[in-house]
Amino acid sequence: MAAIELRGLTKVYPGGVKALDALDLVIPDGEFFALLGPSGCGKTTLLRTIAGLEAASGGSVLIGERDVTGTQPGGRDVAMVFQDYALFPHMDVTDNIAYPLRIKKVDKATRRDKAAEVGARLGLEQLMDRRPGQLSGGQQQRVALARVMATQAQAFLFDEPLSNLDARLRLEARTFLKKLQRELGVTTVFVTHDQAEALAMADRMAVMEAGHIRQIGTPAEVFRRPVNTFVAGFIGSTPMNLLDGLVRGDTLEVAGCKVAVPALAEGRLSDGEKIVYGVRPEYMTYSDEPAEGGIGGKVAIVENLGASHLVTLDVNDVIVQAVVPEGSEPAVGDDGYAVPRSDRALVYRDGELVS
Amino acid sequence: MAQAISPPEVIDGDPSGRRGGYSSDAAGLGRLRAGAFVAPALLLIAAFLVFPALWVLYLGLTNYRLTGAAAAEPQFVGLDNFLDAVANPTFWNSTWLTLQFVLGSAVIGQVVLGFTIAWVLRDRRGPLKRLVEGLVILAWILPSAVVSFLWVALLDRDGGTLNALLGIPGFAWLLDHPMLSIIIFNTWRGTAFSMMLYGAALGNVPPSHLESARLAGASGWQQLRDVVFPHIRGHILTNLLLISLWTFNDFSPFLLTAGGPDGRSEVLAVHVYKVALQSGELGYGAAVSTIILLINLVVAVFYLRLLRSKK
Repeated sequence: MAAIELRGLTKVYPGGVKALDALDLVIPDGEFFALLGPSGCGKTTLLRTIAGLEAASGGSVLIGERDVTGTQPGGRDVAMVFQDYALFPHMDVTDNIAYPLRIKKVDKATRRDKAAEVGARLGLEQLMDRRPGQLSGGQQQRVALARVMATQAQAFLFDEPLSNLDARLRLEARTFLKKLQRELGVTTVFVTHDQAEALAMADRMAVMEAGHIRQIGTPAEVFRRPVNTFVAGFIGSTPMNLLDGLVRGDTLEVAGCKVAVPALAEGRLSDGEKIVYGVRPEYMTYSDEPAEGGIGGKVAIVENLGASHLVTLDVNDVIVQAVVPEGSEPAVGDDGYAVPRSDRALVYRDGELVS
Repeated sequence: MAQAISPPEVIDGDPSGRRGGYSSDAAGLGRLRAGAFVAPALLLIAAFLVFPALWVLYLGLTNYRLTGAAAAEPQFVGLDNFLDAVANPTFWNSTWLTLQFVLGSAVIGQVVLGFTIAWVLRDRRGPLKRLVEGLVILAWILPSAVVSFLWVALLDRDGGTLNALLGIPGFAWLLDHPMLSIIIFNTWRGTAFSMMLYGAALGNVPPSHLESARLAGASGWQQLRDVVFPHIRGHILTNLLLISLWTFNDFSPFLLTAGGPDGRSEVLAVHVYKVALQSGELGYGAAVSTIILLINLVVAVFYLRLLRSKK
């Protein structure tokens, strides 16, 4: 068990693409940490640089206070689950799980015992003699996890661990992985492009864009108070409303409507300033009647989300979305009013959160 | 797949079963038309491959000669030619030399060298890789006559390039080390095929499997043993099968040493040429050819068995 620390970590690919730009990051011992971002943001490069599969162009990587920047992957005492699981097709489950032990020259009986023990813990008892080709995707993932667990490494690295599973299995595996990580207590870094996955599983997460970390925090912090408009737009199953606006005295003018200044930004704005007003559709109260501080418009689209509906309002040619509980959804073409919760609404100046 | 999506075949009166213009096979041709497409190729194979092979089988059972009375009226002699061959020390010497030639130049030389080059160059880009590949492939595509002349010029005793480079004029490579010479020659000549085959095969090894082994701490050799070789096992066996057979039947050593000196590089292909065409004993030569054919069959069956067996 060990903390992972990155100091000024930089990775430049041949050809000049800067995948990581002087990153500083500390992941404490035992934490379940998510690296989240869109394709090409550098999250996988970061994970691979921690593993040693990519050589850093600058800065250093410390695992358990040991500088491993120049160490080969095999000497870093980390274990990794790959997106395709990387199980060896010619070995059965036992041999796959025990492979890292075999490389470490552990004797055969001990290897088999360890593989059986870890396999049993992950519910693989009946499958120990099978080849990976005879296993389902979920079973293969558990074998890959078992292989990682058998190494007793200082830290685990997961590269998109759930992306090869179908939607239903992904939810189960999410719960399973989080429970397993909690029980093992091993520092774990995982990469995902799915914000829901990161929010659900991680203790803390980093949101990355173009080689930079845009925000680090707990899922609650990142969801409630995205520190810039990039994170605000990236996090959330339904995208946050980000509306251009102006400060008018002690109110804001957004999409031609007057709304109250959010609690967080109170007293920090000056008259006439250009801002971006952000509020999640979930933090809007919808009503059919004109309401004080509400944004009024015509209902353009109603999307069914199951237990609620996503209502899209056309407000003076600006799109505003609100989540409406089931049973009270409006019809398309109705007039509707969405009132933002002032304790949840946010104001951004030059793309950065005003707080 | 085709059967699953095609409607059932309609057979009502029309003998070809082509009513509506389709058939249940993938191309929708029907048996007759498909046969017509294949027939020309089959005829060519029959005329130039099957018939000569059967003719050799027959000749091996006669005392047919290139010239003289036996050329006009060959007599059926049964298995005499085969018994002669088995009793002939030159035949056994040639078989032993052929074995050395195949093991030395194909199995060890071409496979090991070809794989090594492919492995070393697998992640390389740029001019060095293209240069090495270009040179190796050049050795493969040049005509035999040209290549043999180059090697004779290289290894010549008095004016040879190699002796000039090494500063040992008068060293007779082709006379003192004939087998070594043709083994190195054939390794140089044929490595390109193995190199390209392994180059393609290595591209199929998933990078994550190698990385997984590296993270476990596997050395270069352990990565080869545990990841690469199991993945390209089929390629290795196919490669071995092909180059073993090609090398076994290779005649180009004759162009360098003419089987000499004193039969010391007379591999089976050269042996057959000498007895059948130089000494004119076509019947005996045909019998030895039949034996070569049988050895080839055994080699092929051996590799194909390995290829089919799992694990």
